[in-house]
Amino acid sequence: MLNISGLSTSYGSIQAIKGIDIDVPEGSIVSLIGANGAGKTTTMKSLVGLLKPQAGEIKFLGQEIRGLAPHKIVNLGMSLVPEGRNILAGMTVLENLEMGAYQRKDKEVQKDFEKVFKRFPILEERKQQLGGTLSGGQQQMLAIGRALMARPKLLLLDEPSMGLAPLVVADIFNVIREINQEGTTILLVEQNVRQALKIANYAYVLETGKIVLHGKADEVAKNPRVMEAYLGGAKAGV
Amino acid sequence: MFWQQLVNGLTLGSTYSLVALGYTLIMGVLNIINMAHGEIFMIGAFVGLYLVTYLKVNIFVAMAGAMLASALLGCLMEMLALRPLRRRAVSHLAPLISTIGVSIFLESLALNLFGPQSQAFPTELATVQFELGPIRITLVQIIILGISFGLMFILRFWLAKTRVGKAIRTTAENIETANLLGINTNRIIFLTVALASGLGGVAGVLVGLSFNAVEPTMGLSMGLKGLAVLILGGMGNITGAMLGGLILGIAEVFTVAYGASSYRDAVAFGMIILILFIRPQGLFGKRQGGRF
Ligand SMILES: Nc1ncnc2c1ncn2[C@@H]1O[C@H](COP(=O)(O)OP(=O)(O)O)[C@@H](O)[C@H]1O
Ligand SMILES: [Mg+2]
Repeated sequence: MLNISGLSTSYGSIQAIKGIDIDVPEGSIVSLIGANGAGKTTTMKSLVGLLKPQAGEIKFLGQEIRGLAPHKIVNLGMSLVPEGRNILAGMTVLENLEMGAYQRKDKEVQKDFEKVFKRFPILEERKQQLGGTLSGGQQQMLAIGRALMARPKLLLLDEPSMGLAPLVVADIFNVIREINQEGTTILLVEQNVRQALKIANYAYVLETGKIVLHGKADEVAKNPRVMEAYLGGAKAGV
Repeated sequence: MFWQQLVNGLTLGSTYSLVALGYTLIMGVLNIINMAHGEIFMIGAFVGLYLVTYLKVNIFVAMAGAMLASALLGCLMEMLALRPLRRRAVSHLAPLISTIGVSIFLESLALNLFGPQSQAFPTELATVQFELGPIRITLVQIIILGISFGLMFILRFWLAKTRVGKAIRTTAENIETANLLGINTNRIIFLTVALASGLGGVAGVLVGLSFNAVEPTMGLSMGLKGLAVLILGGMGNITGAMLGGLILGIAEVFTVAYGASSYRDAVAFGMIILILFIRPQGLFGKRQGGRF
């Protein structure tokens, strides 16, 4: 569904990602893991058109999308839930969700509101509240719900568990799995490596802008290097 | 006396509000102060004046024409002076300087095209008056109040309820999020600049009517007042701009009415400084979160 090859993106003279290749097959969950500053967010922003890569190809559903404006990429069926969630703090929960469906003109939007509210009942209770008044976990649910309102074929999630309490993290990972089972392909960036490898089919390890390892998620989880760097010690992951 | 001055103050203030709304909208989506807004306002006033004087259209048609001309001017400014800068990573001061350039250009253009002298609208309108109890209100005042409050009401409603209005609010709140949600933010910015400039053009005609004077330098003083109101209202807050404009207008009129006419601007701006001492973020400014 998504084939990235040789992708490089720079900030001025600093090259943050250096020729990476990633494949995301239809129906799968692919995890991209790596330490702080490895280039995960840069990769995600390059995919959705927020950053302009210097080189490489991004094929989405067979079409080259590198260089397209973000709204065109959303239109093709790729949505990003950004790091830090980017809730519209001064707009209501309902308006946040409406904006998620901004490009849609079909009649099923109403049905999708109901689906989001069924998945996240707390959002229905709070729907007239301003987005900025929600707790961290609720904001993450809103961010995911909002992205789903666009009915993406491929959902990108950038550190959805960041800063959340362990119980909420477990909820979020369950939701991600459900969304995938309902047919949405997922590319997941995480620092919570244990959980991310548990729900993923494939995994890529990014270090200082390069993919250093990739393979089936369970095999990556058993790799000694990964175990030491990301899964070592009883406290790593949750 | 009090009620009469209140009506006069509201009339003047509503034009300030309209001008400040232009600054506010552009501040919202672009995060810049459009230093050319005063000159766009002035060009609007001249377009309205010439439409009335030479094409003999009625004042409402003239306002529509002024709105259109100013909106077009705003679009040109966005395309030629602002958008090219956004494509590059330039200092955030660059677009500000760019709008100053546009303002100087427009003022010189107006001096050349229209001459430096002040020109007046044909007089029939100004002489019609109504008595409402203790208040005397001119037809011009009624037009100004009706148009300004009408436009403000429509704008509020439109931003709150329509799809495009919500897209403007989203873009104002966080342009990156707006992009991620599939909003064509370049188009929204274009539209917002057109809208802000169009409102400025209408305000130009209203102010030209109320002082019965249209001149190339009118943009500068009005621009400064609009800016003051932008800050008073809380940098980018719509409600703040509306109320801030009314407060400034009323303060000015009362200063004149109670005998301190040469201190008119000093008192008005002194009051703004005082309010900002108490509320540095402005009347409705928030330290974070939504704008509109
Ligand atoms: N806006 C920016 N300007 C300059 N350098 C940046 C910017 N954003 C990120 N970087 C740098 O790019 C590298 C990758 O960052 P990022 O993609 O955010 O990593 P991650 O998401 O994996 O933590 C880091 O070295 C970071 O310092
Ligand atoms: Mg990151």
